Amino acid sequence: MSESLASIFLSAALVNNFVLAWFLGICPFLGVSGRLSTAVRMGGAVTFVMVVSSTCATGINMVLAAIDAPYLRLISFIAVIASTVQLVEMFIKKVSPTLFRQLGIFLPLITTNCAILGLALFQTNRGYNPIQSLVFALGAGAGFTLALVLMAGIREKLDLAEVPQLVRGTAATLFVAGLLSVAFMGFAGLGS
Amino acid sequence: MSPDTPRPSDAVALPPPPPAWPMVRALVGVGLVCAVLIVLVYQYTRPIIAANQLEARQAAVFQVLPGAVSSTTYRYVEGEGFTPVADDASGDDLVFAGYDRQGRLVGVAVEAVGMGYQDAVRVLYGYAPDRQAIVGMQVLDSRETPGLGDRANTDPDFLANFAALDVSLTEDGQRIAHPIEAVKHGEKTEPWQIDCITGATITSTAIADMMRESTAVWVPRIAASLDAFQSREVTP
Amino acid sequence: MSVDRAATPTTPSTDEFIKGLWRENPVFVQVLGMCPVLAVTNTARNALAMGLATMFVLVGSNVVVSAIRRFVPKQVRIVTYILVIATLVTIVDYSIAALSLELHKALGAFISLIVVNCVILGRAEAFASKNGLWRSFLDGLGMGLGFTFALLCLGAVRELFGMGTLFGAAVLPAAWQDWVIMILPSGGFFTLAGWVLVVNRINQGRARRKDAEAA
Repeated sequence: MSESLASIFLSAALVNNFVLAWFLGICPFLGVSGRLSTAVRMGGAVTFVMVVSSTCATGINMVLAAIDAPYLRLISFIAVIASTVQLVEMFIKKVSPTLFRQLGIFLPLITTNCAILGLALFQTNRGYNPIQSLVFALGAGAGFTLALVLMAGIREKLDLAEVPQLVRGTAATLFVAGLLSVAFMGFAGLGS
Repeated sequence: MSPDTPRPSDAVALPPPPPAWPMVRALVGVGLVCAVLIVLVYQYTRPIIAANQLEARQAAVFQVLPGAVSSTTYRYVEGEGFTPVADDASGDDLVFAGYDRQGRLVGVAVEAVGMGYQDAVRVLYGYAPDRQAIVGMQVLDSRETPGLGDRANTDPDFLANFAALDVSLTEDGQRIAHPIEAVKHGEKTEPWQIDCITGATITSTAIADMMRESTAVWVPRIAASLDAFQSREVTP
Repeated sequence: MSVDRAATPTTPSTDEFIKGLWRENPVFVQVLGMCPVLAVTNTARNALAMGLATMFVLVGSNVVVSAIRRFVPKQVRIVTYILVIATLVTIVDYSIAALSLELHKALGAFISLIVVNCVILGRAEAFASKNGLWRSFLDGLGMGLGFTFALLCLGAVRELFGMGTLFGAAVLPAAWQDWVIMILPSGGFFTLAGWVLVVNRINQGRARRKDAEAA
């Protein structure tokens, strides 16, 4: 399939936003979106892991195609992602211990962020070439960060609002996510 | 979120470097067992999955070519035309010729791929050379929103578009006289137009687009080498 | 939020099974494993299939992780667990494709994504790595059933309102106007929010009654 790079980027970032249209990476979306500053950094970390693992996935696909062993795909993808996350974790711990504490549990959990594995699988299914894959990863990362930042902004405001005790917390966050998802549906058809 | 999940605090305090042997042993051991298991399951299920896929493809060919009861797979090679290949062949240069009970060619089924609303959509359409028209269409693979995009396979009004969709060629046989186009629901006036599904315009348009591109390539090829498909013995 | 029971092996082992069903339900209470919860629950059938596949992997990984817990050094445990889970998921993936190609298509890439379902890694780390085989098995089964139950709750509501059917059979009268939004992504968020509200309400009522009894 020959899609233009711009259309791949727009599609991954807006029209088919990983979080709001495909439900990939919901855990950090609900968990780390409490504060705006943390959300931005989390988005950055996830985008970085996405780009690295997407590049590795392209390589793995070539190797697996060469030795004709498609059944090893899932297991090698997840191994690559786990190692990348480990690297990022060590890097952040060294550079900014504060950020490391803020991200807390969600840093190692990037491994189990479905958005990253989903990205690797989708690019395989669609047969993207290396450059298309890279753009796809950047778009997906941008989309994830955008969703996270929007959500964090709304939740910071929501903290000041009077919400009934029953709805506070998860339920309120989910309602907001639903509304955001409706808003993103407006991008349908863009770039195609 | 939950205190149950792994704690980063475990990793913060740097432990003394652990002995390497147990780690290597555990990783290699688990890795080996996992690999053996996966290979075994793959070997066992592969023939079953292949058979399922073949059956699904065959059923789809018969559906888009009403009246066909048997089929032969052909591969197209540029410059050489169509040659019959084994039914389990794979590739994107395959077409499937369908024959009726008397062994007469009903039509040729071709696959087309395009980008739908959410993800790639794969369709199979049947081209009947004697009628110069598409006589059937089925969506093979799509992750479109259930209830909207997937109505392309169930909506009777939409499927009616493909009972006789005009793809007649120009006189020189090189191009399609009237390329397929999508129109809003209820505005179909010409036999080469596709009436969109209400509420699933993007999917409908995507199907129309991919079929326009695909027919532009395949219909002239098939029409030019009809003889290649005719040679078929009557199956008892 | 869940309580780590690993430290109290005096509780009856049936409790490990029951807690996952409601009190520590992975979806409604722990809010884990959200991707499949929202993505494949637009029909009850898909929800059920996804729930069962996840339960199989969950029980399998709990048992295996518990069996090898003394053999795996702490430093490489997460990688080992993920290897085990990925193997189980690959097996499930091929098995479903062999059983029903149609179902495999409907669940799409989400079968592979069971690997990254936080519920599974979470249980392996928090429970199975500290408990014996039998308890881990029960814990996996309970959590798996709780997960399937939650998925079915969502799938049934979304299919009913979104298409007027249940497990593909028409339930609502033909005059019913489908609420298309229910089967769209946003409907998933709204339905889950609704269920979380219901669960909160019930738990609040219970807590209040308990307080009243105690007083």
